Amino acid sequence: MKTHRGILAGGAAVAVAAAIAPALSAYPLTLLTQAAIVAVLAMSLDVLLGYTGLPSLGHAAYFGVAAYAVGILATDYQRGFVTCLVAGLLLATLTAAVFGLLAIRASGTYFLMITLALGMVVWGLAFRWVSMTKGDNGIAGVPRPEVGLPWSLGAPLPFFYFALAATLLAWALLGLLVRSPFGMSLMGIRESESRMRALGYNVWLHKYVAFVISGAFAGFSGVFWAYYNGFVSPVDVQLVTSVETLLMVALGGPGTLAGPALGAAAIVFLKNFVSVYTKRWLLILGAVYIGVILFAPRGVLGAFRRDPR
Amino acid sequence: MTLEFWISQTFNGLSYGALLFLLASGLSLIFGVMRIVNLAHGSYFLLGGYVGLSVVWRTGSFALALVAGALAIALVGVGMERLFLRKLAGQTLGQVLMTIGFALIFQDLALLIWGGDPYSLPVPTALQGVLTVGGLRFPRYRLFIMVLAAAIGALLWLALDRTRIGAMIRAAVDDAEMAQGVGIRVPTVSMGVFALGAFLAALGGVIGGGFLGVYPGLDFEILPYAFVVVIVGGLGSLPGAMVGSLLVGLLDNFGKALFPELAYFTLFAPMALILALRPTGLFGRT
Repeated sequence: MKTHRGILAGGAAVAVAAAIAPALSAYPLTLLTQAAIVAVLAMSLDVLLGYTGLPSLGHAAYFGVAAYAVGILATDYQRGFVTCLVAGLLLATLTAAVFGLLAIRASGTYFLMITLALGMVVWGLAFRWVSMTKGDNGIAGVPRPEVGLPWSLGAPLPFFYFALAATLLAWALLGLLVRSPFGMSLMGIRESESRMRALGYNVWLHKYVAFVISGAFAGFSGVFWAYYNGFVSPVDVQLVTSVETLLMVALGGPGTLAGPALGAAAIVFLKNFVSVYTKRWLLILGAVYIGVILFAPRGVLGAFRRDPR
Repeated sequence: MTLEFWISQTFNGLSYGALLFLLASGLSLIFGVMRIVNLAHGSYFLLGGYVGLSVVWRTGSFALALVAGALAIALVGVGMERLFLRKLAGQTLGQVLMTIGFALIFQDLALLIWGGDPYSLPVPTALQGVLTVGGLRFPRYRLFIMVLAAAIGALLWLALDRTRIGAMIRAAVDDAEMAQGVGIRVPTVSMGVFALGAFLAALGGVIGGGFLGVYPGLDFEILPYAFVVVIVGGLGSLPGAMVGSLLVGLLDNFGKALFPELAYFTLFAPMALILALRPTGLFGRT
């Protein structure tokens, strides 16, 4: 029931976006593209948070390393799309594989703190390793990819469809993942770790694989982000980006995939609209955080009423 | 690398660690009692520094700035705990998102009130200058920080270890439900600990204003350090916060001096190692 509603809502949103895109001017189209890319990041976190019950506070790390891989390879080495995509995915997966080894040992609040600290490692490297990342200045001038299509992805509309296709691909793959027996076991772990262990499941391995897959998809999102933005900087890997992703998932409803994707779109639009009208958008964003948690219906955060032990 | 380099870097690292202790001990206690990952803790540090700055500007008194900054932010902490966080007891994720909401609001309010310029908090002349011992130069202000942090650490330890209230806090850290069951008012303890945590962080902010300065972005810059201290030391553990702060202070200083480009890495990699060996931190209980 719930999953079908999610697919319908998500599918409708994608169809509407795809249909109205040609009629939009550049700015709203840019926002739609941004929403499509960030939706993948939110869905990747949802695999961990919503399906496995692991609240990661460092998800921007995998997103960021992939974006940096693209930024560096596409500018300094002028590599093509496929190389950048593969490198970004590999680096994100590798980072998640290493971080997962450390983080999966912990649970609950401790998991939050460890992923936060590990995320800061990546931020620290982005900020300080100037010879590689150009530090605070960031890497500018990432060109739009050449993928051999008849339309140039330099134009906003083709790039939007390109990003939307990537988002649909990620959605489909993640949807298959969470409906697979593996995904079911993840939900079992979310509900009761001890019971799953008693049934003979290797809980650690399930969590670890979910962690790595989630990191890989965050990297997938990061690759497109670098191409979309044309610019990669420590902002992409900072704590606030990780927390914003958590907010998107919480807003949309953890454990639904389509929900977090729509949550991502809502936050992207809100951020951009509010910052047009006032300089005080941080204030408003902060109030949104507090308001969502205080006044959101039980369903939004319902899955996390209990303190995960 | 002369001996002088090692001594002065060790001194700098220890004094930075002393400052971190003020910030992290409160975070650790809050975490221990309430299991709240308080992402607004760095904001207390920053706001404390700003309030202290305003007080120094108005009155010229550094001592008054310390007290006023710390007390004002302790009130802010109490407000946050009583009016907001308490409603979310047990909801880890909701609390995290709420504290980040507050952190964003505080960040923007600070920018609105104090502007975007970096300031340095003027320190009393008695604490300026350097102390020369055997050809080595030690800044007086950093010595002051170490002495103050040591005194506060000792007081905290005495209070936690030897007093009735301390025993209540320790009971709440160990098992809040049982503590409640034997008649300890855990909500009141929580509020007190939250106030204390905010007080100490803001005190650190005023003191830190004298050598780190006070500037936008300091809140999120200092926050990870506090978290690393707590993770390394173990949650809810005062000795853990002490050892963790000194360790992090030293690692950070030597990291920045020896490998400037990898500075954060030299800080976080040992943390990862400690975690791999002892997931609950050096002094944490399983």
